[in-house]
Amino acid sequence: MSTNNDVLIKVDNLHKYFEGLEVLKGITTEIHKGDVIVIIGASGSGKSTFLRCLNRLEEPTSGKIYFEGVDITDPKTDINLHRQKMGMVFQQFNLFPHMTVLGNMTLGPIKLLKQSKKEAEENAMKLLERVGLADRADAYPDQLSGGQKQRIAIVRALAMNPDVLLFDEPTSALDPEMVGEVLEVMKNLAREGMTMAVVTHEMGFAREVGTQVMFIDEGVIVEQGAPDKFFENPESPRLKDFLSKVI
Amino acid sequence: MENFFKSISESFVKTFITEDRWQQILAGLGTTLEITFFALIIGLVLGFLIAIIRSTYEMNLKGKKSKGVGDVILKILNVICNIYITVIRGTPMVVQLMIMYFIVFLSSRDGIVAAILSFGINSGAYVAEIVRSGIMSIDKGQFEASRSLGFNYSRTMFYIILPQALKNVLPALGNEFIVLLKETSIAGYVAIQDLTYIGNLIRSRTYEAFFPLITVALIYLVLVLILSFFLKKLERRLRNSEH
Repeated sequence: MSTNNDVLIKVDNLHKYFEGLEVLKGITTEIHKGDVIVIIGASGSGKSTFLRCLNRLEEPTSGKIYFEGVDITDPKTDINLHRQKMGMVFQQFNLFPHMTVLGNMTLGPIKLLKQSKKEAEENAMKLLERVGLADRADAYPDQLSGGQKQRIAIVRALAMNPDVLLFDEPTSALDPEMVGEVLEVMKNLAREGMTMAVVTHEMGFAREVGTQVMFIDEGVIVEQGAPDKFFENPESPRLKDFLSKVI
Repeated sequence: MENFFKSISESFVKTFITEDRWQQILAGLGTTLEITFFALIIGLVLGFLIAIIRSTYEMNLKGKKSKGVGDVILKILNVICNIYITVIRGTPMVVQLMIMYFIVFLSSRDGIVAAILSFGINSGAYVAEIVRSGIMSIDKGQFEASRSLGFNYSRTMFYIILPQALKNVLPALGNEFIVLLKETSIAGYVAIQDLTYIGNLIRSRTYEAFFPLITVALIYLVLVLILSFFLKKLERRLRNSEH
């Protein structure tokens, strides 16, 4: 389903152990430019670990991850440089509570991308307008609702002008009435062509904007495919079983 | 009744006026403040360094095999810091001070410098534990968010973790400053003429205990109150910056 064939992230036989427990048992996949990969699976299946390995927040035990052609699992690569191009949005938002919204959004661009304060703030304000939060620029995270926090977290990642955004259950910590506003922002991003990898339980989102849906169970990719086929004609019994429980 | 007032005023004159003793008290106060101030700075610098080393070790290496030279150095530094904290917290301050003065500073006998170093090194161990607890109390997600933006470990510490940690531990740090200020009162053990020493000196010269000792106590109390006032103010300012 991807619109072009430029491989952005290539994962080759990724394994991850936690204290002797094998969480990822050899994952091989590709993420192309413009893809919206939705990763689903039961809790404990390894889907979040897989996502967090992509920018090495979790160190893979073995296997290779290539980002824009560079092997980022090589200890000699400066992972910090590549992380600038891989934005991440967390379940718990993880905004910096000692900084304003604007401070949160401009820290990276100023310190890492060497933008001027003015330039970074102008960019940040544009992004804030896009998510309808321009009036909260000077607020502190504690003054925001969960949905607002997550929208800020998304634009904080966007302010770095990343090539891919990784979402780790972005709506799981939200009150139900706030899920919609965050999904809306994510849908808009997807429509604008942003490459995204999203771990989520929102099947509606997967159906609507996912270009690929990936089902991870017990540390392996059990099934992957375009959402229509994936949801209408699942092949593996495990996926059928999972879908019957969540939909 | 008249005799009572007379004896009080005589005591007062003996304590403060005769031989310009009020000037001695002021000089003693100056010495106390000098030792406290420089020891505090040494303690803060040492404490932060050690806290960063120890928490870096705990978060990255604890229970793991070390890879590379950097890890080995960190491991060694962590061991040194642990020994330092154990020794300093496990021995009395007075003994540390005497060791510093009578053994380390044997040749120079520069009491004030010995005291500043000694109190600074002592305070550093406590500051280290306070700051470390502050660093460890910051949610792991803060590290991850900063690292995911592309900040390396040390910049994450500097921009994200330490500002929050410092705010959380400010009350405990303030308490440590107050303890330090009062603990300098043992400087007299190595013949430093600090506030307490002067008070006791005047007592022994005049055979008047009340005025010299109560005066000294009141001066400490006022110093602590002033210090608390500014710490409260700082705390409030830091708290306001979040709401």
